Amino acid sequence: MTSLYDEVQTPTEGVPTRRITVVVNGEKRTVDVEPRLLLAHLLRQGLQLTGTHIGCDTTSCGACTVLFDGRPVKSCTMLAVQADGHEVETVEGMASASELHPVQEGFKQEHGLQCGYCTPGMMLTSKALLERNPNPTEDDVRWALSGNLCRCTGYQNIVKSVLWAAEKMRAEQGEDA
Amino acid sequence: MYPSRFAYEAPTSIDEAIALLDAGGGEAKVLSGGQSLIPMLKLRFASPATIVDINNIPDLDYHRVDAEGNLHIGALCRHVDLEQSTTLADTHPTLAAAAELVADPIVRSRGTFVGSVCHADPQGDWAATMVAQGGYIVAQGPNGRRKIDIREFVLGPFVTALAYNEVAVEAVIPGAKGTPRGSYLKLERRVGDFATASVAVSLDMDGDVVRRAGCALAGVGGRTIDANDAISCLEGKTLTEDSIDQASDAVAAVAEPRTDHRGSDAYKRHIVQTFVKRILTNLARTEQKAA
Ligand SMILES: Cc1cc2nc3c(=O)[nH]c(=O)nc-3n(C[C@H](O)[C@H](O)[C@H](O)COP(=O)(O)OP(=O)(O)OC[C@H]3O[C@@H](n4cnc5c(N)ncnc54)[C@H](O)[C@@H]3O)c2cc1C
Ligand code: FES
Ligand code: FES
Repeated sequence: MTSLYDEVQTPTEGVPTRRITVVVNGEKRTVDVEPRLLLAHLLRQGLQLTGTHIGCDTTSCGACTVLFDGRPVKSCTMLAVQADGHEVETVEGMASASELHPVQEGFKQEHGLQCGYCTPGMMLTSKALLERNPNPTEDDVRWALSGNLCRCTGYQNIVKSVLWAAEKMRAEQGEDA
Repeated sequence: MYPSRFAYEAPTSIDEAIALLDAGGGEAKVLSGGQSLIPMLKLRFASPATIVDINNIPDLDYHRVDAEGNLHIGALCRHVDLEQSTTLADTHPTLAAAAELVADPIVRSRGTFVGSVCHADPQGDWAATMVAQGGYIVAQGPNGRRKIDIREFVLGPFVTALAYNEVAVEAVIPGAKGTPRGSYLKLERRVGDFATASVAVSLDMDGDVVRRAGCALAGVGGRTIDANDAISCLEGKTLTEDSIDQASDAVAAVAEPRTDHRGSDAYKRHIVQTFVKRILTNLARTEQKAA
């Protein structure tokens, strides 16, 4: 079965493509794309980074959330060409070679996931929140995550996971200081 | 879901963007935050021949207050920039209250104030805050700039006074002549939903007397409802139980709600009345505390 990606990306006579360079998880990637290619598909099929999920495809669920220059965006609602010259972070970029990101560790510790479909988006939105606000209240966390839908957990453990991560990150900051 | 094919342009100046729109002869569309346009492209409700992406034009992401107190919001100022603004609540409290109620936090990272007003959705939150305060859109086209009063800007659902070859470069919203007071209340079924009903109230206070009162409604009509005349009964008065009741009844009377999946017309009208009353009562309490 040909995927939508193949359909859009198969070179077709008379259909111009654009060469773009995007920094994905710290690495420069140069690709030729048709302008209507969505960022979510560039990541998943073009760059084989399948951690970015597509849930609704209608800008409603947040499963496709990635960080665009540090801000959470819905990658099903951005054109890949718009990422030219920008930085994109996906869930694959969160952990270092040896260690999980504190947010990932929090989701593990506090059972912040069940099926895992919403989890990459949840974690990236949380990461952006904690970078802006290292000491969020429970309300701040719920508010920040209100655009990410989860059909499994009932959110309680997700909120706990983020608060766990916040505490850990503050402790680490304290050690560094 | 995929948009149909289009040519993509990423100009780096407003002049260049205008030239591209002009050459497109009505078949080109501006892309700003993309949070309304890209969903429409994907559903193929829109299939422009050319997309003119203005996101690469520098210095349009500002919001600042000038010497006269007017707020200027550049075309690339995103919803989140206003939500996180440290100055907005002091000068334009109605906008500050609406900022965190527009769409959901992820959409707010991309969507723009000006794009939202240009989209002219009858349920749009920003257009309502602007109609309540007055102000204008600065449109730039091949013949230069012109100011379009917000009340003449939105012509109907999804229709504005912009010509096909004009870019809305900024929104300008006047500051209060006295002390700025106001708020925005919105009833939504869940986060990210459009308004079942929402109310923007903006007051200029002179001590405890209302100098100017402004009001507009979203979600309760085929367009943003201008309720400025209705709420003007407050002008020259103090906020008392009587004046508040009179104003909330007057505003509720000009709503044009229709029964749909979000609620019945009577319910929505009742929400409008309740919200006006709640906003004014809270403001009256703040005034009392301040006194
Ligand atoms: C899930 C979801 C929930 C939402 N909920 C709400 C809500 O509760 N309340 C609300 O108000 N909005 C809501 N929105 C819409 C959101 O606020 C959009 O950001 C906004 O309507 C459009 O702004 P934009 O910058 O994204 O514009 P775009 O999508 O880029 O453009 C919208 C239209 O305006 C035109 N345009 C944009 N900028 C300019 C310009 N500078 N000059 C000339 N023309 C221009 C475009 O050509 C297009 O026709 C929601 C959107 C989503 C996806
Ligand atoms: S897949 Fe993008 S918001 Fe649901
Ligand atoms: S864990 Fe299944 S959707 Fe969130």
